[in-house]
Amino acid sequence: MSIQANNISKHFGATCALNDVSLKVKKGHLTALVGPSGSGKTTLLRILAGLENPDPGGGELLFHGEDVSGLPVQKRRVGMVFQHYALFRHLTVEQNIGFGLSVRDRSERPSRKAIRDKARELLSLVQLEGLGSRLPQQLSGGQRQRVALARALAIEPRILLLDEPFGALDAKVRKDLRRWLRQFHEEVRLTTVFVTHDQEEALELADEVVVMSNASVAQVGTPQEVFDRPSSPFVIEFMGNVNRLESGYWPRESDADASSPQPHLHPDTDGIHSREVKPRDPLYVRPHDIEIRPADEDGTLPARVLHIFSAGSVGRVTLERIRTHEILEAEVSRSELDELNIGAGDAVGIRFRHIRLFARNAEGQQEIVEKEKTAVRFTEE
Amino acid sequence: MTTMLNRNFLSKKRRRQIKGGGKPQWRQRRVLPGLPLTLGLSVTYLSLIVLLPLSTAFVESAGMGWREFVQAAFSPRVMAAYKLTFGVALAAALLNAVFGLLVAWVLTRYQFPGRRLIDALVDLPFALPTAVAGIALTAIYARNGWMGSWLDPLGIKVAFTPLGIGVALVFIGLPFVVRTLQPVIEELDAELEEAAAMLGASRWTTFRRVIFPLLLPALLTGFALAFARGIGEYGSVVFISGNMPGKTEIAPLLIVTNLEQYDYAGATAIAVVMLLASFLLLLAINLLQRWSRRRIGHS
Repeated sequence: MSIQANNISKHFGATCALNDVSLKVKKGHLTALVGPSGSGKTTLLRILAGLENPDPGGGELLFHGEDVSGLPVQKRRVGMVFQHYALFRHLTVEQNIGFGLSVRDRSERPSRKAIRDKARELLSLVQLEGLGSRLPQQLSGGQRQRVALARALAIEPRILLLDEPFGALDAKVRKDLRRWLRQFHEEVRLTTVFVTHDQEEALELADEVVVMSNASVAQVGTPQEVFDRPSSPFVIEFMGNVNRLESGYWPRESDADASSPQPHLHPDTDGIHSREVKPRDPLYVRPHDIEIRPADEDGTLPARVLHIFSAGSVGRVTLERIRTHEILEAEVSRSELDELNIGAGDAVGIRFRHIRLFARNAEGQQEIVEKEKTAVRFTEE
Repeated sequence: MTTMLNRNFLSKKRRRQIKGGGKPQWRQRRVLPGLPLTLGLSVTYLSLIVLLPLSTAFVESAGMGWREFVQAAFSPRVMAAYKLTFGVALAAALLNAVFGLLVAWVLTRYQFPGRRLIDALVDLPFALPTAVAGIALTAIYARNGWMGSWLDPLGIKVAFTPLGIGVALVFIGLPFVVRTLQPVIEELDAELEEAAAMLGASRWTTFRRVIFPLLLPALLTGFALAFARGIGEYGSVVFISGNMPGKTEIAPLLIVTNLEQYDYAGATAIAVVMLLASFLLLLAINLLQRWSRRRIGHS
């Protein structure tokens, strides 16, 4: 079942939680709403659930083309897994799962046995066979979450919503459950939306990522698109680690007027319309795009090693750019790190394989400009 | 689970080793210091304040012969008083449980002008001298009082009847129920109700199947407190009941009457019976509470 939300706004008193947000979720997709706290992602999820009403006027909410904005929560047939699971602690696991069926009107209610059979079937689907007679507090966090999932699925929902599904779990369980949920989704193929503040989770799990910021949608795309072609400085900074360089460079193309205080990107080679990139517009470099070279190698920027973390699959090197004192994080493979043979305090040279910067296009929207290292020139060079 | 396994499958000696290097457990240093001192103080205090006066009643009544005791404690007049006292206290506590739940719910869940004022009013029966309450209620419910003059033509007599005693006990017991329930209602997770609604449960079903079971232990506590208070209540009742022997005479009043006639033994005999009866009732309620608490996952 596809979801379409058009022009949804929501205010709580004077604060705006959602500002004219539109969203499309394709049938059978697993979609992540990701953003910092206060970006409106949870409010959007609650509006999809029917737990919150959008501001009157304008907005509409369609499930598979049918307008559901007037439908009360009870009738929406939306499954929801709450952040803290919200299991009924006075009911056994089986009763929890069967709750949705047992509260139906008598005419539609399955028999007790049918409800129990359904609960058992769902328990085995979430791989918790035999735990039906336990109480929720006798289960671990990960198990509780799967019970909450089974309970949500029992009503055969049209869509499934998950609020911070891994928020309350420890790191190891989190990883396992993430993988399990992805696999589970492949099996049931239920249109699913989940909220997370963890970009890694969103990128790893979702078919489509909706990045939210400041009560609106900042970018929608596949994890690959969002990671590789972020639409704004916010998205590049939020989705994944990135170094931000504030100053001391200008585009190569303007070598001719290098003395000019306001260098230009060349319109033709940039593929975007003419506008200025001021020297103060930030540059972005992903940690794995920083190359560490011996000091004073040609074409490198002088830097100093502050710290090396080598307890991991990749070595992480913290560097300080000498001229500007900017701190940079670089990721280097372990073998490369061994080869370099550097320690804290050593002088090195750095090079960037790939640089991103943002510029405004003709419509005044920010657009990404990607550059190979040759396109940008730094003042030290 | 592991502790259970340990308990079942390991030898005593091995268990002790696991627990603490061969030393008996009570010998180990505790993280929180001062257990002997605080426990000693608490026990001494409770003995002086609660146990000593109560045991005096037993000692005093033990001086009587069995026959005298039965005569003093189980004469028809006294039996009628027991029935009235426990019966009306039970009815009043039940009524308070229902309406106390309602009041607590409204005061906690909704914001409305005057909420804080009403919230403060709930405590009044705690603070008001009970005699004042008794006199006020009598004045209102007497045949020529505000309420009494309305109810009398309908054939409902309140003052000087068991109904009047009930009114007084409802007044006295309400805050117990409200004040025990309020914090529990406040702590109810809103997500539970949302989860129930999303699973298709109506408001009423949600209350019946999710909220009420979670409130039940606290409701039982409030009920027990109101009930216990009702059994022992004296001040507010003596004015409105009219104290007609065998009809509207409550057991605490009989005790006072006996005391006024210097019949200490007779007074303590009634006191002992009331004490035992109250104890058994409260014990039963406590067991019920423990059962319901365990059901909602507090051990």
